Amino acid sequence: MSIRFDKLGVVIALLIAYAVLAAPFATFRANRIVPGDANGILDALPAGAGMLLLGLMACAALIVLLKTPTGLRLVAAAGGLAAIAVFIGMAATFLTPPSNSYARVSPASGFWILLFSFALLAADSITRLRPLPLVRVLLLAITLGGAAVVLMSGLWDGLSILKEYSGRADVFWLEAGRHVTLALGSLFASVLVGLPLGILCHRVAPLRAGLLNTLNLIQTIPSIALFGILIAPLGWIAVNVPGAAAIGIRGIGAAPAFVALFLYSLLPVVANTVVGLAGVPREANEAARGIGMTDRQRLFGIEFPLAMPVILTGIRIVLVQNIGLATIAALIGGGGFGVFVFQGIGQTAMDLVLLGAAPTVVLAFAAAIVLDALIEMNAPQRERSRAA
Amino acid sequence: MRAWIPHLLRAALLAVLIAFLVDPGWFDPLLKPLVQDNAPAIYNQGSLLTLTLLHLRTVAIATTGAIIVAVTLAILVTRPFGAEFLPLSRSLVNVGQTFPPVAVLALAVPILGFGEKPTLVALFLYGLLPIFENTLTGLTTLPPSVMEAARGSGMTDRQRLFKVELPLAMPMILAGIRLSVVISLATATIGSTVAAKTLGEVIIAGLQSNNIAFVLQGGLIVGALAVLIYDGFSAIERILARRAGLSTRS
Repeated sequence: MSIRFDKLGVVIALLIAYAVLAAPFATFRANRIVPGDANGILDALPAGAGMLLLGLMACAALIVLLKTPTGLRLVAAAGGLAAIAVFIGMAATFLTPPSNSYARVSPASGFWILLFSFALLAADSITRLRPLPLVRVLLLAITLGGAAVVLMSGLWDGLSILKEYSGRADVFWLEAGRHVTLALGSLFASVLVGLPLGILCHRVAPLRAGLLNTLNLIQTIPSIALFGILIAPLGWIAVNVPGAAAIGIRGIGAAPAFVALFLYSLLPVVANTVVGLAGVPREANEAARGIGMTDRQRLFGIEFPLAMPVILTGIRIVLVQNIGLATIAALIGGGGFGVFVFQGIGQTAMDLVLLGAAPTVVLAFAAAIVLDALIEMNAPQRERSRAA
Repeated sequence: MRAWIPHLLRAALLAVLIAFLVDPGWFDPLLKPLVQDNAPAIYNQGSLLTLTLLHLRTVAIATTGAIIVAVTLAILVTRPFGAEFLPLSRSLVNVGQTFPPVAVLALAVPILGFGEKPTLVALFLYGLLPIFENTLTGLTTLPPSVMEAARGSGMTDRQRLFKVELPLAMPMILAGIRLSVVISLATATIGSTVAAKTLGEVIIAGLQSNNIAFVLQGGLIVGALAVLIYDGFSAIERILARRAGLSTRS
């Protein structure tokens, strides 16, 4: 029997080999903004632990390299991710001199390459296994739960990003709340306004081109400019409309950010509603009319359920986009994770940037997986109702 | 008869944009009402024309890189020896799109420092996705009859790729490039938060000094550029699609 190699496995094994042998695993810095010293795996960990990690990585690389069952590869990916998660925490404790609160230890390029390699392997195995939508959400929940356990256990407390966090834990959760409120609130508002607009466009053809073109034009205005432009009209409203200031409408802050996100969200919602409704088969509508359904019954009983996957795709685009764009709100005082990103950029403190960027990426990623699962769960229903 | 109206509007937009960039002073009275206390209404910390050209250069470099890499990758995963990577590359594209541009930009700074480089990397990475996705769609949805005919006429793999597959997929590829360029034009402004020289400088200067006129002119220049470039690409696509349609019929 000849040994067979997996093509992607060769790439991943090479990446692992490079990360382990040639790239630094953790960086030690005397304080948060000076350049640091990079440490390889053997320097960054106590002697036994370093050898153990090298051994584990060699095992993982071997499993990846050969044509092994997909289930085993997924286990190797999960094991690899868990191992680097545990060992980077150990490196932080090992490298930090006792009772030194200025020193910072952060993951270095080797760690990030390993993270990327194992994530790639996990993505590949999951793609090959084609799990059901619910299983995918479950996998996401397990991964997030695992990360939460590691965070709570205090294993990562020595890492620089958590040192940045521990100094501003209250602010972090406040900004997290603002970020989610901005992203979800503007999504909710855009669905509330966008769905009726989409239905209107579907029914009244002459409106369609004009409205969609206007919404398209809004998308071409760069986000930081749109946020800024809205400061003026909202400031005017706050001063001149009684009661507006009382409900939180102000020239700077969350209000212009909310309106900007809302405006960006309208196009995907309206356009996908129009496309979804246009895709409803004519026979379905005629059959509904034939059995004497009113327009309203037809809309809620036939058209909406059939158009749902396309509308949900629009909502997915909006949610992922809003979670990303909400970081920009910080530039106009709107809060959100962007506060840490821009503060970090201003102080050239990259750990602080990471404290803002990492949760944003995780949030967007989780939202995408959950909504993708929702879309897929809606699609077969569509087939069934079509057959019925 | 009304077909020429959009062309006229576009030409007018181009004329106004060029006039504004060459001599922004003419537009001073229009923007003056937006500023308070005799603050300057026209950006005065550098030439708008230079910033616009630098902005376009950044986008052009990043997009060229993205085109080369994305199209090459899409060709590789649609060949028999790369087919193993096709499902993975699809899910990677999906995941990649969930990365917010600000996060990409911010995360590139520790590695590359401040200035144009992190912006280029963020634009490059963000530009890859639409081009890759569209090239893939274009190459995987070719009419089977055409492919069969190409094979039957004894074309080699390479000939098929360059003479049949790529020309037929070209309108789709161009649509991906168009999307990518429009996204990059807007995203490049964020690059100015890490000190890249783009039109974002004008907007950020406006945000910092509470000068709506700056924000508006920075935003509108980028918006106008995006609309004009979008239209230009659409026109090229229509011409190519017409050609591809004709060549398949003959």
